[in-house]
Amino acid sequence: MKIAVIIKQTPDTETVVKINDAGNDIVGTGVKYVMSPYCEFAVEEALRTKEKLGGEVVVVSLGPDRVLETIRTALAMGCDRAIHLKDPAYEGGDGQATAKALAAALKTVSPDIVFAGKQAIDGDQSQVAVRVAELAGLAQATIVTALEIAADGKTAKATRRSEGGGEVVELKLPALISCEKGLNEPRYASLPGIMKAKKKEVKELKPAELGLEGQVGAAGAKAKRVKLLPLAERKAGRRIEAETPEAAAAELVRLLREEAKVL
Amino acid sequence: MDYFTPEQHTFMKTVRDFFEKEVNPHVEEWENQGIFPAHQVFKRCGELGLFGITYDPKYGGSGLDYWWTAAYAEAMGGSCNCSGIPMAIMVQSDMCTPALHDFGSEELKEQFLAPSIKGEMVGAIGVTEPAAGSDVFGIQTTARRDGDHYVINGRKIFITNGTQADYVTTLVKTDKDAAHHGFTLIVVPTKTPGFSVARKLDKVGNLSSDTAELVYDDVRVPVANRIGDEGLGFIYQMRQFQKERMVAAFGAVAGARKALDATVAYLKQREAFGKPLIAKQYIQFKLAELSTQIELARQLNYHCARMIAAGEDCVRETSMAKLASCRLSREVADRGVQFHGGYGYMNEYPISRYRRDSRLGSIGGGADEVMMYIIAKLENYAA
Repeated sequence: MKIAVIIKQTPDTETVVKINDAGNDIVGTGVKYVMSPYCEFAVEEALRTKEKLGGEVVVVSLGPDRVLETIRTALAMGCDRAIHLKDPAYEGGDGQATAKALAAALKTVSPDIVFAGKQAIDGDQSQVAVRVAELAGLAQATIVTALEIAADGKTAKATRRSEGGGEVVELKLPALISCEKGLNEPRYASLPGIMKAKKKEVKELKPAELGLEGQVGAAGAKAKRVKLLPLAERKAGRRIEAETPEAAAAELVRLLREEAKVL
Repeated sequence: MDYFTPEQHTFMKTVRDFFEKEVNPHVEEWENQGIFPAHQVFKRCGELGLFGITYDPKYGGSGLDYWWTAAYAEAMGGSCNCSGIPMAIMVQSDMCTPALHDFGSEELKEQFLAPSIKGEMVGAIGVTEPAAGSDVFGIQTTARRDGDHYVINGRKIFITNGTQADYVTTLVKTDKDAAHHGFTLIVVPTKTPGFSVARKLDKVGNLSSDTAELVYDDVRVPVANRIGDEGLGFIYQMRQFQKERMVAAFGAVAGARKALDATVAYLKQREAFGKPLIAKQYIQFKLAELSTQIELARQLNYHCARMIAAGEDCVRETSMAKLASCRLSREVADRGVQFHGGYGYMNEYPISRYRRDSRLGSIGGGADEVMMYIIAKLENYAA
């Protein structure tokens, strides 16, 4: 089985990010980057699929030099080889431009199944995975929390999370699965795994090698981010003053119902 | 300036993730029980590669340089919510196995080192005795040669992993008339007849780690279980102590930083006299002093790592690093408790556990006074 997994490097959730002077991006210096957590589920599911059905897992990621560290992490977890889309021309793209590049890179792999995170935790657009499936002509199931692939590798049954419930879909392979929390518990990169990852192949592909010159990155983008808005300052808490605990509780319930409207 | 490579950072993240997701959720329970399931936890440590970082790949190690050990000890000390479990793990990685790796026979390494690296065996180091701690010369446990066996008699105390260990790397006297050359290191399987756990000790801190007093009563062990040569045990153990002291120093500094961070977080949210406590300049200055000292100790530890990685002799620096780091962790702990006020005296606050646990650093693995003795001797301070 040919298995591919698309991953994205994002700022660590614990990093405090600052908006740049131009107001349209974050300040990159001092930011700690990690694999986007939903991509970790995708890598884990790719590895489990390989362990069950055999084959090879190819990691595909787009981004600058620093992305190599995240690619190495995926290789250390057990993926076999990687494709790194690294070129200044890839920078500044939107979901469509990025998906175009990734779909073209996947074509060089001809995967039976592709795993991706349901969204990246930085842009939160949930665009890339679905666009890749569309551009690559793959069936797709998004926000997947459980997956069963038939032993013959021809079909899969995916459980999707939806608001308040779920849905089970059957897919014909080749397909793309976008992964949601709960699908699995990602493994860590073991020290022996980290050592082995050093020797695994990471192939760089330029836009020209994909036949996409002038169509990726900012040049291929249909949407452009013009502004980032900072999080609203958190309002100070409010102290409930009352004669008795009972009265305080009653007041709290009233505020939660009438003002916060959460009850 | 980053001292670690991207790969080492990946490894440190693995160590942190492991402790935060698989160990910390059980710490309360294990601290209350006075023991943690060493075989279960060590199996996972073995899978992640924590036990054979610098060891020969032939036995399942990773064959890496000392910076990887530094990365491991720092990540572990900075993420685990207690000191007992990291200590138990470091006993296996850097205290009861270095001499076995460096001087043990092939058979002995196949039998004990390889399964220790895999995490399938739990080891302990038996040096200290009821009547001999810092004075290693004073140990009285003996091994008498009887054909192709040693017969061991004596007692060992304060032995980490003591109630759960599969083997104890034991320092014994093989020649009572010889001084330095009268000692031998022997790997003693705990299932050998005559070996028993006298009692599990009731400690002040590091509660999740089991500590025991061990009895050797005519314990017959094959001569093949001897590490290296007879009579060189003391010298092997002194080398082995260097590894022990260095991981203790890295762990202490990382723990001190974690405790200081926790104290700062508390001071930011705790209000007194209408403002968060952290607004007080006295408190800010104390924190600044401690933070500076932590950074100083950390840099000395990195200096040691550089020397060890370069293969230089650094007994002087290692002794200083252990002395400084472990003393500092006590200071940070005490100050942290003070700044937490009444809450710092409550067991439910992590700073309280840290204060209990950190006290051991200046006693175990060579007390502060032993470090000072070594430093004074190397600096030629004797009259």
